[in-house]
Amino acid sequence: MNGDKQAPGLWSRTTLVARGGGGRFDRGAKWFLAVLAVVAIAVPVLNQVVPASSAFHLSAYGITLIGKYLCYGMLALAVDLIWGYCGILSLGHAAFFALGGYAMGMYLMRQIGSRGVYGDPILPDFMVFLNYKSLPWFWYGFNHFPLALAMMILVPALLALVFGWLAFRSRVTGVYFSIITQALTYALMLAFFRNNMGFGGNNGFTDFKDILGFDLHSDRTHVVLLVITSAALAASYMACRAIVESRAGRVVLAIRDAESRTRFLGYPVESFKLWLFVFSGIIAGIAGALYVPQIGIINPSEFAPINSIEAVIWVAVGGRGTLYGAIAGAVLVNYAKTYLTGAFPEVWLYALGALFVLVTLFLPRGVIGLVAARDKDK
Amino acid sequence: MKYLPSGGQWLLMLLLTLWATVPLHAQSPNDATFLSTLGELREATYSDKASIAERLSQGGHHSVRAVLTALMEDRLYFRNDDRKIFIVKSAEGDPLNLIDPLSLKDAGSAPADNLTKIGTNNVLRRMLRTTVAHFALSSPDVSVRLDAVRDMLRSLDNATVALLRERIGVETDSSVKKEIATGLALAALDSSDPRTRLEAIDTLRQSVSQDVRNRLALLLDKSPDGSFAESDEKVRRAAGAAVQTIDRWRTFYSGFETLFFGLSLGSVLVLIAIGLAITFGVMGVINMAHGELMMLGAYTTYAVQLAMPGHIGISILVAIPAAFIVAGTTGVLMERTIIRFLYGRPLETLLATFGVSLILQQSVRSIFSANNRSVVTPDWMSGSLRLNDALSITYNRLYIVIFTLMVFSVILVVLKRTRIGLDIRAVSQNRAMAKAMGIRTEWVDAMTFGLGSGIAGVAGVALSQLTNVGPNLGQSYIIDSFMVVVFGGVGNLWGSLIGGMSMGAVNELLEPYAGAVLAKIFVLVGLILFIQARPRGLFPPAGRAAEDK
Amino acid sequence: MKLRAMFMTASLLMAGIVFSKVAAAQGTIKVGVLHSLSGTMAISETTLKDTILMMIDAQNKKGGLLGKKLEAVVVDPASNWPLFAEKAAQLLEKDKVAVVFGCWTSVSRKSVLPVFEKDDGLLFYPVQYEGEESSKNVIYTGAAPNQQAIPAVDYLMKEVGVKRWVLEGTDYVYPRTTNKILEAYLLMKGVKPADISINYTPFGFSDWQTRVAAIKKFGSAGKKTGVVSTINGDANVPFYKELGNQKISAEDIPVVAFSVGEEELSGLDTKPLLGHLAAWNYFESINTPANKAFISQWHTFIKNPKRTTNDPMEAHYIGFNLWVKAVQKAKTTDVEKVLAALPGLETPNLTGGIAKVLPNHHITKPVYIGEVKADGQFNVVWKSAGTVPGDAWSDYLPGSKDIEADWVTLNCGNYNKVTKKCSGQNYK
Repeated sequence: MNGDKQAPGLWSRTTLVARGGGGRFDRGAKWFLAVLAVVAIAVPVLNQVVPASSAFHLSAYGITLIGKYLCYGMLALAVDLIWGYCGILSLGHAAFFALGGYAMGMYLMRQIGSRGVYGDPILPDFMVFLNYKSLPWFWYGFNHFPLALAMMILVPALLALVFGWLAFRSRVTGVYFSIITQALTYALMLAFFRNNMGFGGNNGFTDFKDILGFDLHSDRTHVVLLVITSAALAASYMACRAIVESRAGRVVLAIRDAESRTRFLGYPVESFKLWLFVFSGIIAGIAGALYVPQIGIINPSEFAPINSIEAVIWVAVGGRGTLYGAIAGAVLVNYAKTYLTGAFPEVWLYALGALFVLVTLFLPRGVIGLVAARDKDK
Repeated sequence: MKYLPSGGQWLLMLLLTLWATVPLHAQSPNDATFLSTLGELREATYSDKASIAERLSQGGHHSVRAVLTALMEDRLYFRNDDRKIFIVKSAEGDPLNLIDPLSLKDAGSAPADNLTKIGTNNVLRRMLRTTVAHFALSSPDVSVRLDAVRDMLRSLDNATVALLRERIGVETDSSVKKEIATGLALAALDSSDPRTRLEAIDTLRQSVSQDVRNRLALLLDKSPDGSFAESDEKVRRAAGAAVQTIDRWRTFYSGFETLFFGLSLGSVLVLIAIGLAITFGVMGVINMAHGELMMLGAYTTYAVQLAMPGHIGISILVAIPAAFIVAGTTGVLMERTIIRFLYGRPLETLLATFGVSLILQQSVRSIFSANNRSVVTPDWMSGSLRLNDALSITYNRLYIVIFTLMVFSVILVVLKRTRIGLDIRAVSQNRAMAKAMGIRTEWVDAMTFGLGSGIAGVAGVALSQLTNVGPNLGQSYIIDSFMVVVFGGVGNLWGSLIGGMSMGAVNELLEPYAGAVLAKIFVLVGLILFIQARPRGLFPPAGRAAEDK
Repeated sequence: MKLRAMFMTASLLMAGIVFSKVAAAQGTIKVGVLHSLSGTMAISETTLKDTILMMIDAQNKKGGLLGKKLEAVVVDPASNWPLFAEKAAQLLEKDKVAVVFGCWTSVSRKSVLPVFEKDDGLLFYPVQYEGEESSKNVIYTGAAPNQQAIPAVDYLMKEVGVKRWVLEGTDYVYPRTTNKILEAYLLMKGVKPADISINYTPFGFSDWQTRVAAIKKFGSAGKKTGVVSTINGDANVPFYKELGNQKISAEDIPVVAFSVGEEELSGLDTKPLLGHLAAWNYFESINTPANKAFISQWHTFIKNPKRTTNDPMEAHYIGFNLWVKAVQKAKTTDVEKVLAALPGLETPNLTGGIAKVLPNHHITKPVYIGEVKADGQFNVVWKSAGTVPGDAWSDYLPGSKDIEADWVTLNCGNYNKVTKKCSGQNYK
């Protein structure tokens, strides 16, 4: 129906969830959380306890890499929530990720204080350089962590609210919606690239010194950040599970499968979509905020449309409509990218491109779907 | 009786003979000075070369024009072994053909290594251009004369003015006469008689040239002590009025210019969007590799130019069908191998074609190298069409606007009037019914995708004339093409045309006020808000079959 | 079961990351190459990767270094700034390279700087940049503004007689800083503010019609006008095309560019650029035996006699030779000792002069101004009397003129001579 010609029985994914469901702690969730726990424990041990000379030691590079994967996993989770369960394809989700990142970045820049190149206690280096006389109004208060924390959540939420309200109210769907999310993230990218905006322009924010008093260059801080990220990822996952398992989740699924019918049945389709979209934006924003102190830089190219498309690719590769699948896809694709850009720097794009084509053609349900199919045959 | 010349007549005859034969045996003193001054060019600095050239032109030797033109065009060399100076016919090729500077006759040839060029820089060349222009005044070619007068107007000294005054009496062409009159009027502004000045302003009022306006504005200048540069009140008033008139006309023409800029930007947008409108609208396929297909078209242009280096002029015309075929074939291949399996799932096609775009980018990088490739603009597309002193339209953009309209009409005709167009429309409206009517839908799908891709290739040919040809060409334009298609209404060609043109116009109109980035952001935000009002674009596709989901 | 499979995969991935320390092959010294091989910067940076590979090859043929062979470790940060930091960490921590040659854009350098300072690595940075930085772990073999921008402006002012100035740049830190310095310099030389027009456009800007028309208007006010272009990369092509089409020749309004070299010209139709200027510290057309030898070595290595050489390549040539000399002097590849050996070291450049490492980690470079020729080469119209020492902290900016960098006696990258304090730029 509706020209949706996917493999028959695919939408029994809903029953997959329902079958595995029966509460938030079904087998899937248990295993996923177990894996996360292993990571969250192994990393501190391998870095802090195991001596540096040992082959088992995990360097700061490794910690940063795993942290990055987890943050991307959160972003993929956010995309899967609205795409896999509600059929909203947002090709601009990296905008929320980047906004959360910038909020954290602003806090970290204020923390540098007088340790910057120009030594100004209040103005970050790039402002001194651009001859700003005082801090722009939107930077006030960012030296207090609680405000920054609030902004990391509120700004992406607000953007999602406004944009979503305008879009869903006018019943913009499908391809049109996807393209205007691209327009949104592209416009934001152009805006943040401008040096006059007060956000560091092309260079973005970098050279952070510490977070909440902890030195950002020490391994210990990175380990703690990674553990926090794992916790955040676990919490978001549980929250998403809670949503999709609930009655509201059933309505969301109905919206995905038969929107008009759901509307005629009396459900406020636009409200459901809007709140799901906002929640997804918040998760992406938090992911971005956790990404920045681990990577050490935030830059307008995070708004690039290509980043959002990549996020969708991760979900497609992992398997959409299964929350842990999205996370797995994010980790898998980024690991492949890390490996290939190191091992085959000349030809890694071929491999990545081929991966996307093959997954779309032969694994419409993603890697998880492949494993599940084998499972079903047993 | 035989006539015998008297003694006096013998003497006369002898003198005449001697006088006639002298030039054959010895150089005149004029020649010697000329050669020695010329020789100074070898070792001189750039500024000294300028004064040497000045002396040469004042010397009045008959070869001066050829020599100075050669120097200006970097064709004056000296031979390393005997230090003699020569003009070369053309700087290409080895050995170089030499011309003797005195007699202007062929003087054999020499290998390029034996010759050292007498170099010039911008300042020197500019000075030479004005000097050489004096000679060009009497050229039989009207456009050469016109250019010469325009060059001379840049620096009006007494000698130049005298030359112009001479020329206006014998000049036959009206446009050249007008230019000369302007030049003389500008010179007359320095005259001491206020009536002459007033007359000059009257002549100059007709002009729309920036130089004239500046010169008139100088008359209104106030010096610090309060006195005006122009003492006569009436003259001042006339100058003020003239400046205002010129300004009004120039603003009017610059509005036209902005409109043209908008049209040309819009036509580029339309060109890149048409192909997408077909594949997207007619087939429901989101082709993220559309940009790369344009890139393939641009590279085809490069390859065609490599294959026919001597015929750059027609290379573009050859490249158009070549690019269509190359991109179209790639499109058909994509369709047959990948897209065919993904019909009805537009979001999956997005992902798969994204993968294809990565592969295409990297293959181009491997085959051609990661660097940009140089695509030459043919002469008939370079430069600008000068409508008047205030309005010039660049040829390449003009041709692209015309080209876009042509491509659009061709597509429209194909879709509305041909059999294949009918099949395409049928399949897009109701596939099952079309199949039942006997249309080979798979074949039609492949052809449609090929058509859309082929147009992308042709757009790439146009883009190669405007911007870099490199592996990243596609990435710069893909977002814009999606915007245009969505704005105009998916599947609607007229929508793409109007959508593209209006987006381009709005962008260019805003740019002088808001700057390039803000103008673009404004257009994007405008698009987002517009879609709220009309969720399916300017010309929404009608009917339920168009419902995607 | 599916989740077991997932669990296995996750563990394997973790293991892959943890245990993938490439065992150092005995007896080689690793040299890291951190240049983008894909993405927007690949156009410029791929050539630099090949240059280093060529230098390593040549050095190995001479017997290597300290008795060991040199081994190149090439990674692709794909023009992605966070990826630059990640790859830098990979090179320093995982591959344990002795030195890194890399980066091009200032963003990439700024994003790897914290990594190099924390892991105590050594980076040779070959591209002209905006100054306002001097790191203990970086040797800047590219031009500082006083080795490129200021001499270019001097040439236009004195030799060409330019009185009105358009400073046209791409909107990022290099043009912003350079234009700030140039504006201060021009004002100091008595140019009126109304005669200076500063403008920025975004990366990849391609629709120059309005902007070029505005330049034309600014330039027809009666005084000789010149354009100082810090337009970067891809935007140059449509810019020059538009200039040519709107009939602005180099004789009317000359444009001097800092980011257009032989490499960029090879991808351009040079007709609209004839006579326009560029300022560099090296041109391929400079006729010295050293340059001729380098060019033929390059053509042999890259197997293409048409490939051009350019200024950043010469910077890598100089940087590599300096590093080799420093290692030989210190008799070790240990970064601290090599850094101590570098200041004062000299090596010949390709244009007949000597490049010397200064205490502020810059080198001495000659300055050349060239006009574009039809064959994509440059005709040198001016050169500096000798070599110019690189100055990290511009003397024309109020915030920087009191600052100096000295890693030999003061051990500080931004030492304020007035307040006698050292701030930032070094990491404990």
